[in-house]
Amino acid sequence: MTDTRLRPLPRADRLLIGAAALLLAVLALAPVYASALVIDKLTQLGIYVLMAVMWNLLAGYAGLVSVGQQAFVGLGGYAMVRLVETGLGPFPALLVAPLLVAAVAWLLSSFVLRLRIGEFAIAMWVLAEVFRALVMTDPLVQGETGTSLVVLNAYDPQTRRLAIYWIALASAAAVLVAAYRLLSGRLGAESQAIRDDEEAAASVGVSTFRVKRVIFALAAGGCALAGTLWLASAITFQPRTGFGIQWTVFMLFMVLTGGLGTFLGPVVGAVFLIALQEIFGDFGAWYLFGIGAVAIGFALFLPRGLVGAWIDHSGREPLARRRVLDDACQTPPAP
Amino acid sequence: MQMTDPRPLLSGQGLSKTYGKLRAVDGVDIAVQPGEALGIVGPNGAGKTTLFGALAGAFPVSAGVIRLDGAPITTLPAHRRCALGIARTHQVPRPFLGMTVFENVQVAARAGGGLDDRASVARAAQILGATGLGDVANRPAGALGLLDRKRLEVARALATNPRILLLDEIGGGLTEAELEVLIALILDLKAQGMTVIWIEHILHALLKVIDRLICMAEGRVLAEGAPRAVMADAAVRAAYLGSDPE
Repeated sequence: MTDTRLRPLPRADRLLIGAAALLLAVLALAPVYASALVIDKLTQLGIYVLMAVMWNLLAGYAGLVSVGQQAFVGLGGYAMVRLVETGLGPFPALLVAPLLVAAVAWLLSSFVLRLRIGEFAIAMWVLAEVFRALVMTDPLVQGETGTSLVVLNAYDPQTRRLAIYWIALASAAAVLVAAYRLLSGRLGAESQAIRDDEEAAASVGVSTFRVKRVIFALAAGGCALAGTLWLASAITFQPRTGFGIQWTVFMLFMVLTGGLGTFLGPVVGAVFLIALQEIFGDFGAWYLFGIGAVAIGFALFLPRGLVGAWIDHSGREPLARRRVLDDACQTPPAP
Repeated sequence: MQMTDPRPLLSGQGLSKTYGKLRAVDGVDIAVQPGEALGIVGPNGAGKTTLFGALAGAFPVSAGVIRLDGAPITTLPAHRRCALGIARTHQVPRPFLGMTVFENVQVAARAGGGLDDRASVARAAQILGATGLGDVANRPAGALGLLDRKRLEVARALATNPRILLLDEIGGGLTEAELEVLIALILDLKAQGMTVIWIEHILHALLKVIDRLICMAEGRVLAEGAPRAVMADAAVRAAYLGSDPE
């Protein structure tokens, strides 16, 4: 079967990747032309993209619906606080903390991934609360009060702002490239098989536990990176905020409005959420009402999200990384 | 009923699977020799599919020992058994609906067959051709009709490069012509040395392929032996409640 080939990436996808690279360059140069306020918003967008891509990987591709991802956002922040306390620089700590959290998730997965879907979702929420309670007992955190990364005050505000912005931008870009490669490879195919039918996946040789474990640990590390980036820009670590359910609510909102199980869905959802926060942000508590109303609207009228609706409309998914067998090697059906 | 060959390829001794008080499989002994085609018949609820689940590792058994090539595999998870060469199809086809037909088969060739990307693509293409799915390779698996879904079950199982194939009612719902295609495929596999256990209600199809037949009822083995002899057995005819199994 030497004539077997895979069809190359469609032209539209190649254009899209080119445009994304261009956009990345434009965004990298944002400090040249954008105000500090815009930079902060873009940093927030990068953090949101990180979280949304991670939640999509977990729920949209591996079928692991968790409402406790704030556990890892909070642990990321806490690990960074602790690492800085031991003398590590804040920027190295920002990148090392997510690795530690991924290792914790790897250990946790032995227990939580044995649960069934509904149990898993709730167990994750409970775990987040347990972690928050434990972290609050650390004298360094001072219970509800929290602590501040005062070492960051050593940098002048503009340098700090730009450093965090570039790290957030690079992280979001790296996570997107990594997710793209992952999903187009063996792990991606296996996780989608698990999502579609876990028992059938196991019956064709997919080590379902191993696949879920890798994705669970990756998603935890990604959420922890979002947590450390958030902490670096906010400076203050408070357990109630760090381990707050709002992080998972945001992740859910972005992935569901963008398009669950689509590659671009979380990115579109993150932009959408930031835009909504800008629009409703001036209305105080009405902001939450507005976000909730939008979520209900999507559930009723656009259940597959914005990208999902586009796929239904156009018949093809951008950057889907579908493997297509070339026409040339298709054999006629047996007589 | 006695095995002449001391070393079956796959065997189960005293296999039981209970759900609460229900004994779905109740002390079944089963063994298949290398290259043999073994048929299983029995009324609905006889425990045939549950027996397959036990052999393939879809769930832990309540009692009994399963051996492959003499080595116990009773506690191995399904994916490990697949890697060792046990592949099954599902009675109600269970395609990966979010993937194309080709992707369904390729993931099996990679995971179960242990092939790298390039080799798994080639193997998937070859199997899709052999199972008559070449024309629909790039269609979403969810768009397939019943015959093609059954073919996909077989294709996906074959992609894992099995030593033994567990076929669960792949003939049901097909036309005579479609059935002939399927029988030819299985006979071809058998000629190449594949070991097969086939659960099937369509007896005339089964009889064209199998060397030996087991009849199950209420979780137990009712009769076992030469196909014609088993079908003539009074207990077997009674298990079908007097209806003519042919």
